[in-house]
Amino acid sequence: MPGLADLLEEANRQVTICNACRYCEGYCAVFPALERRSILREGDLALLANLCHDCRACYQACMYAPPHEFAVNIPAVMSDARLESYRRYAWPGVFAGLIARPGWAAAGASLLVGLLALVAVVLRAGLAGLFVAQTGPGAFYRLIAYELMVAAGLGVAAAAAAILVGGFYRFWRDAGGRGRTLLDWRLWTVALQDGVSLRYLGGGGGGCHYPDAMRPSPARRVYHHVLLAGFALSFAATVAAAVEQDLLGLLPPYPLLSPPVLLGVAGGLGLVVGASGLLVMKRHEMAAAPGLAGPRARALDAAFLILVEVVAVTGILLLVMRATAAMGPMLVAHLGAVGGLFVTAPYGKFVHAVHRFAALLHDQAETRTT
Amino acid sequence: MPNVNTPDLLVIGGGNAGLCAALTAADRGARVLLLEKTSAAWRGGNSKYTRNIRVAGPEYTEDEFLADLVAVTGEGIDRELAALAVDRSRGAAEWMEAHGARWQPPFRGTLQLARTNRFFLGGGKALLNVYYDRAVRAGVEVRYRAEVASLRLANGRFSAVEVDLPQGRREVSARAVVVASGGFESNLEWLRRYWGGAVDNYLIRGTSANDGRLLRQLLDAGAMERGNPRGFHAVACDARSPRYEGGIVTRIDSVPFGIVVNREGRRFADEGEDLWPKRYATWGRLIALEPDQLAFSVFDSRVRERFIPPLFPPYEADSIEGLAGQMKVDPAALAATVQAFNGAVDPDLPYDIARLDGCGTRGLQPPKSNWALPIDRPPFFAYPMRPGITFTYLAVGVDRTARVLDGSGQPLENVFAAGEVMAGNILLNGYVGGVGLTIGTVFGQIAGEEAAAYARAG
Repeated sequence: MPGLADLLEEANRQVTICNACRYCEGYCAVFPALERRSILREGDLALLANLCHDCRACYQACMYAPPHEFAVNIPAVMSDARLESYRRYAWPGVFAGLIARPGWAAAGASLLVGLLALVAVVLRAGLAGLFVAQTGPGAFYRLIAYELMVAAGLGVAAAAAAILVGGFYRFWRDAGGRGRTLLDWRLWTVALQDGVSLRYLGGGGGGCHYPDAMRPSPARRVYHHVLLAGFALSFAATVAAAVEQDLLGLLPPYPLLSPPVLLGVAGGLGLVVGASGLLVMKRHEMAAAPGLAGPRARALDAAFLILVEVVAVTGILLLVMRATAAMGPMLVAHLGAVGGLFVTAPYGKFVHAVHRFAALLHDQAETRTT
Repeated sequence: MPNVNTPDLLVIGGGNAGLCAALTAADRGARVLLLEKTSAAWRGGNSKYTRNIRVAGPEYTEDEFLADLVAVTGEGIDRELAALAVDRSRGAAEWMEAHGARWQPPFRGTLQLARTNRFFLGGGKALLNVYYDRAVRAGVEVRYRAEVASLRLANGRFSAVEVDLPQGRREVSARAVVVASGGFESNLEWLRRYWGGAVDNYLIRGTSANDGRLLRQLLDAGAMERGNPRGFHAVACDARSPRYEGGIVTRIDSVPFGIVVNREGRRFADEGEDLWPKRYATWGRLIALEPDQLAFSVFDSRVRERFIPPLFPPYEADSIEGLAGQMKVDPAALAATVQAFNGAVDPDLPYDIARLDGCGTRGLQPPKSNWALPIDRPPFFAYPMRPGITFTYLAVGVDRTARVLDGSGQPLENVFAAGEVMAGNILLNGYVGGVGLTIGTVFGQIAGEEAAAYARAG
């Protein structure tokens, strides 16, 4: 991965060519945005990189792509620049290094949280209690204290959210964001529409040139949507469980046909299907187009998607085995994976969601004023 | 080549015209073998550098289109073929869509072409990618690095080609052939015949693959010569551009915003004669006729942001003399030219680059008829310019069925031509933006239709 100065220089070299050509203007927001700038500074590059959805239509359309001597490869530059932007806006900075080692970060954080959960279980139920089948209301809490689970969960989630919001703000400010636009609900509406609809994964109409370089396909957009729906349903399951427990006074585990379980199962399946689809396509595109995304960007994607799969699979296994002696170990594994996902959220691929939204929001503000 | 020993139709050349011919013939059930000289990465000829096609439509009548063509090309245009191209251009966009093309709005800050042209999404390479994909799916066999060495012609009939493939020379016979192999603009020796040493200062802004070999062969075999051997589509390109394949980003569009001087610091043509889309293609030839085939577009800070910036930054200086130093032009001569120009500008006239604003110079030779603003706001800028040749206008004569004509005007039975190799029937001088694609698309389709019909009847 090149340093920031080299990356900026190369990005400016290529963008000068794009700005003189403009054939790709109709593909996405990146090209109109770069035409509004004559020289890219760091914040500009971060903005463009996170407006880029890596659909690769521009690369296939580019008569200046290698082997042409101009060697224009916007997806590759943007891939490196996205990674650089994740690093740059990570806080505290000492953890930014995790972004370069996403597999270790995901595995380490999950193991650490899992270990803490194991300690909590052993302290509460004893080592033997870990393997004793628990049933009836409050079964999970006989292994790990309700207060501890809620406090730890909310604490980690709140800390991750605060860090991500801070990154959002600094990203947006460096991109040229100015105070008032943050309060303009119309910008939020359009940016949310663009974000949730994955508009630019349409690649100008035909879909992404991914995983097949020559035949655009909607597959990536579809799997990404399924993944997003999986996250949304899982979140809804958590909210539903909180309502049942804290407002209605019903303690888990909940029956199979209850809202938390139904939502959770649907969410888990969405996560598994979405993440698997994206991972399988990544294998294909790595073979088909090795020069497009950098190895570190691919590793970041893969680590995140695999962790999401582990969260979903352990969650589903926990449901299936919750009345058996395997419930304890499954609970520890699931808490470890979920905790790992939250702990690494500000230092991994999850940042993509935050930066993308900030980029879409700022792009809306820019296109309205010009 | 076991599968393709006897295709119905051979298409030579994998640019827009060749693909239109191949797709059209394949739609009609013909077995097509397309031979492309380059590797897959470089396929697409000059078409990969294009972005728009000129088509008649509700806002741009066929009469106006034809008049625009006649106005630039002048005497010698084949009116029947020109009218045919214009007529069929009305259906071109629909055909392109049906074969996978997508459109985009005209670019911001670009030529005022919205009324006369359709812009394809992503430009010519994206269009060609879709065409190739559709062709292969329709059963067209595409061979890359397949350079045709010679055509077998006897008694006005084509029988086979000799083609050099990576595995060696092969002979391939077919019922008919469409020659869509472009002009000869990449062949510097050939250009030198008409232009002498000046060729050393030309840039070939499109493909490096168009050596004109098949054009030469057809002419040597007695095909009717049409077009203009000294004619070409040429624009002003940045002199610092690569010799070949520079494409759109090397084009200089600042001309109407300032003045143009030659190596001696003198103006030599009206920079504001007409709207830039109608005039941009005259500057290649104008510069070709100047000493050392070198000229400079000179402008000041006032207009710096008003045109699409090309690939390289302009020379820049706080004084005209300083600018002249970078241009290696006599500072006194350039200063005198700018002073004379500024003195002939009327600052009270209204300025509007989007139309013929009549904001012209008074008493200056040559005049600048429109958009004449003084050049007095430092810093000052200049782009060095050379002729950037796009394609040549020497052609084989064809008839309405795209059949190549022999010396007496009789059509060859099964030899068709489409694209730049026959564009000279319609273009002898000048250029109107997007018409190269029109000619390639229309005559590609005609050649495909006729060749498929011929092959099936035989």
